[in-house]
Amino acid sequence: MSLKRKYIQVISALLYNANFKGFAEGKIYQGKIKNVCVPGLNCYSCPGAVGACPLGSFQNAIYSSGKTIPFYIVGTLLLLGVIFGRVICGFLCPFGLIQELIYKIPSPKIKKNKVTKALSKLKYVILVVFVFVLSAIKEYPAFCKYICPAGTIEGGIPLALGNPSIAAMLGTLFTWKSIVLCIIVIGAVFIYRDFCRFICPLGAIYSFFNKIAFMGVCVDETKCDNCGRCIRECKMDVSHVGDMECIQCGECKAKCHKNAIMSKREFYKRNGELKNEKVQ
Amino acid sequence: MMNVKYVRSFILVLGVAFIIAGVMNGSMSAVFNKAIRICLECIGIG
Repeated sequence: MSLKRKYIQVISALLYNANFKGFAEGKIYQGKIKNVCVPGLNCYSCPGAVGACPLGSFQNAIYSSGKTIPFYIVGTLLLLGVIFGRVICGFLCPFGLIQELIYKIPSPKIKKNKVTKALSKLKYVILVVFVFVLSAIKEYPAFCKYICPAGTIEGGIPLALGNPSIAAMLGTLFTWKSIVLCIIVIGAVFIYRDFCRFICPLGAIYSFFNKIAFMGVCVDETKCDNCGRCIRECKMDVSHVGDMECIQCGECKAKCHKNAIMSKREFYKRNGELKNEKVQ
Repeated sequence: MMNVKYVRSFILVLGVAFIIAGVMNGSMSAVFNKAIRICLECIGIG
């Protein structure tokens, strides 16, 4: 699963950023595919980006829709969320891939604990404060402006390298964003997916769909003996397989000695959909 | 408490309906117009 997941992550990152000549020219893609949002966090100002960023588009809708109800971006997030949930985080996010690769650098690792569990709530605060409130008040995409590391590493740096006029405009804000990027990148060496766990508002949005999404992993309770190994081995701050912190990577499947963890698709194929499956 | 199957299906239909509504009311164009211009805030120019 791990290698297969890595292939899917790499392929999706390449597909999201398939406008390779943009890197050489220092220009962004302006074709019709940019009507469509990619599922994961991928800055639309990346020279290679062929699709729109769902989080940037959502913030833009918050402050600039006026009287036009932003049906399109809301519908996109609903559709992506209900189909994939945080499968997007585990399989289809380039920045998630970058963090996982950085984590492979040999170093002491900070394992999950009560502090990281508490910090995992921070992304919901960032979602409310930066994505909703500040974007609405300030009328610019506040998360993108002050925090988003994907914008810096995928957009700012490549554009500045390929376009001298953009490089000439860089100033204090770029310095700030570079510092934020460095903190996240250095943190990712020691802490598994630090950005995803503590900061990413897009992951926060998709987390609300995790339990009801069509795709993902689940536990066959008839086989599970509650040994807790899946939770202990998982590097995310999960309390249960498939909860809001679960990025649906499926790495826990191999850890289960009872083969109780499987994809939802596999589960429903074997057992049929549970008649009384409820959501609270 | 609600049946997951119905919630899932409802959100799926709602998502598709919203996307269609968004194409018709111009909110898809808003996404496009933002995406084809360099986002100065995103890249750290402001």
